[in-house]
Amino acid sequence: MIVSLEHYLCLSAVLFTLGVFGIFLNRKNVITILMSIELMLLAVNINLVSFSSYLNDIQGQIFTIFVLTVAAAEAAIGLAILVIYYRNSGSISVEEINKLRG
Amino acid sequence: MVTSLFFYLFSFIITACAVMVISSRNPVHSVLFLILAFFNSGALFVILGAEFLAMMLVIVYVGAVAVLFLFVVMMLNINFSKIKEGFQKYFPIGSLIGFILFIEIILMVFSGDLLVNKNNELNDNIPNTHKIGSLLYTEYIYVFQLSGLILLVAMVGAIVLTLRDRPGIKKQDIISQNTRQVSDVISIVKKESS
Repeated sequence: MIVSLEHYLCLSAVLFTLGVFGIFLNRKNVITILMSIELMLLAVNINLVSFSSYLNDIQGQIFTIFVLTVAAAEAAIGLAILVIYYRNSGSISVEEINKLRG
Repeated sequence: MVTSLFFYLFSFIITACAVMVISSRNPVHSVLFLILAFFNSGALFVILGAEFLAMMLVIVYVGAVAVLFLFVVMMLNINFSKIKEGFQKYFPIGSLIGFILFIEIILMVFSGDLLVNKNNELNDNIPNTHKIGSLLYTEYIYVFQLSGLILLVAMVGAIVLTLRDRPGIKKQDIISQNTRQVSDVISIVKKESS
């Protein structure tokens, strides 16, 4: 039994769904939401690399590098915002972030 | 056969780790499971023949991003017992939306022929890193420079956001040092000789 492209796509679909599910589930903790976003980006990376490998086209891996770059920048900025928000309000719960009356 | 065995092993570990990341009670455990998931997806990348990206995933995610998460989780003093309170409240709507999304993705995967324009020219004597470099530094050079700029802006932004001035700290003030005059600080007092 050979591992086909669909196996990787199913794994990536499961991982992406778990990331979305984690965003809905953890409404008290912004850190877990950021980690769920990282899981979704990992699913996207697995998708791109598996297509790149099965189509013999290296461009998928190039774009994976860019996704990785943006993910690192996003994690740094998100955690910095989280730190100053915690310093100002003393809580990281999403439900209590309602200063803008949204 | 061995490859498919390793694929199932690694993908099972990744899925279990993802479940643990979103359902763990302690955020430190979530970060550690996230690190394990990244390691195993690096192993999947090695199976797929993308060795450079596997190493880069381990270096960037495990070495930088996950350690940053761990640092922030341990630095903030969070009450862990209150964190899981809304768990049951959002479970039905979250599972409904997740289920619909999953069904849609699976339907799209199995709906047609995915490998439409497969070019079969295999030249395996060129290593993976060489291929990435020969494309990244020629055709994608502007995008590459732009990603470096994004990282620079992110670094400056993170430093500016978290920097704060606390009063009462003795620091070097260069302007007041340079504008200091002799007449401000030294006064000569003539003393009468007795």
